[in-house]
Amino acid sequence: MNIIEFTAVVSVASLLAGFVGSLTGLGGGIIITPLLTLALGVDIRYAIGATLVSVIATSSGAAAAYVREGFSNIRIGMFLEIATTLGAVAGALLATRISTGAISLIFGVVLLYSAYASSRPRRERSEALGPDPLATRLRMNGSFPTPKGASSYNVQHVPGGFSLMFGAGVLSGLLGIGSGAVKVIAMDQVMDIPFKVSTTTSNFMIGVTAAASAGVYFGRGYIDPGLAMPVMLGVVVGSLVGARVLTHAKTGWLRIVFGLVIGIMALEMICHGLTGRL
Amino acid sequence: MNFMQKWTDQYVEELIGNLLQTGVILASAVVLLGGSIYLVRHGLSAPQYHVFMGEPTDLRTLSGIVRDALTLQGRGIIQFGLLLLIATPVARVAFSVAAFAFQRDRLYVVVTLVVLAILLYSLTSGEG
Repeated sequence: MNIIEFTAVVSVASLLAGFVGSLTGLGGGIIITPLLTLALGVDIRYAIGATLVSVIATSSGAAAAYVREGFSNIRIGMFLEIATTLGAVAGALLATRISTGAISLIFGVVLLYSAYASSRPRRERSEALGPDPLATRLRMNGSFPTPKGASSYNVQHVPGGFSLMFGAGVLSGLLGIGSGAVKVIAMDQVMDIPFKVSTTTSNFMIGVTAAASAGVYFGRGYIDPGLAMPVMLGVVVGSLVGARVLTHAKTGWLRIVFGLVIGIMALEMICHGLTGRL
Repeated sequence: MNFMQKWTDQYVEELIGNLLQTGVILASAVVLLGGSIYLVRHGLSAPQYHVFMGEPTDLRTLSGIVRDALTLQGRGIIQFGLLLLIATPVARVAFSVAAFAFQRDRLYVVVTLVVLAILLYSLTSGEG
């Protein structure tokens, strides 16, 4: 295989990764990392660098549409980013001191349960619950477009969501993967934020969390231009398509896709925990 | 319409959307240009990613990347495009500080400044 063929294969896979990543709010790492390492034999460090690029590209590519159409909630995103970025710094500091194998295993099992919990239909009841005083003070309550017009929601359990977001940041600093999953789960299951708002706000946030570690990856020489080029271009196109699909997609269907993707991610994490490699 | 009334949430969302879109289009165009040069020059050789060698110093540092990009080396131009991509979310956070300030939303000016500070800290502490 020469470089042109390699570039073509990676572009097509990245297109799919950008599509799935923007639709679920998870970024494209779940497809990019195993494809590069398992199918194409790329060293894990180059793959991690390429994954970082794919996350930033998915996030910024789809967020333009999500923000303008009123899906992503900028205040929720900004406020929770304090927790995720602080967590990421803490995770990076911890990474040299603890073994990631056990953490992968535990995280995998938690994700497996979350895959089940979040794929079940859930009554979006946040409007019925009435406003939470803290969320109101933080001006987090909002509305988002649905086929029947704008639907408003009241955010609940801010401290619980904030703590989970800190955990999401630690995980991304520690393992380099999975922070998008925790973000969506925290907003959807704990804070009672409508599913489409949760995934698009997660999508809005993951670019910032990933950009925070970009300096480290560049400095270590993990980001290879020949590899990052097809990844970025493929992911951008895929994320634009995903953003168009999400607008009209049924929430129940999106939940099933999300559940499937994090189910696969959970198995990857468990494998990584048991064998010590990804 | 006075200045503050103009800066509604919707207006801010529109501007942030435009900023992200401009960043992504600009970065993609640069990467595409660099990628074309790279493929024309090296397209027929074999990719070597199974052994990690790390990038050469000129593709790791800001000054090295700019120098390579200015001499029209494909790989240097791609790295420069990737830097633009990484700068996009950072610019978005920086712009949000100003937008919340125009909205007189002090709480979120502080929130966003904290995020920006952590972001810049971890971005720069990585350059080693």
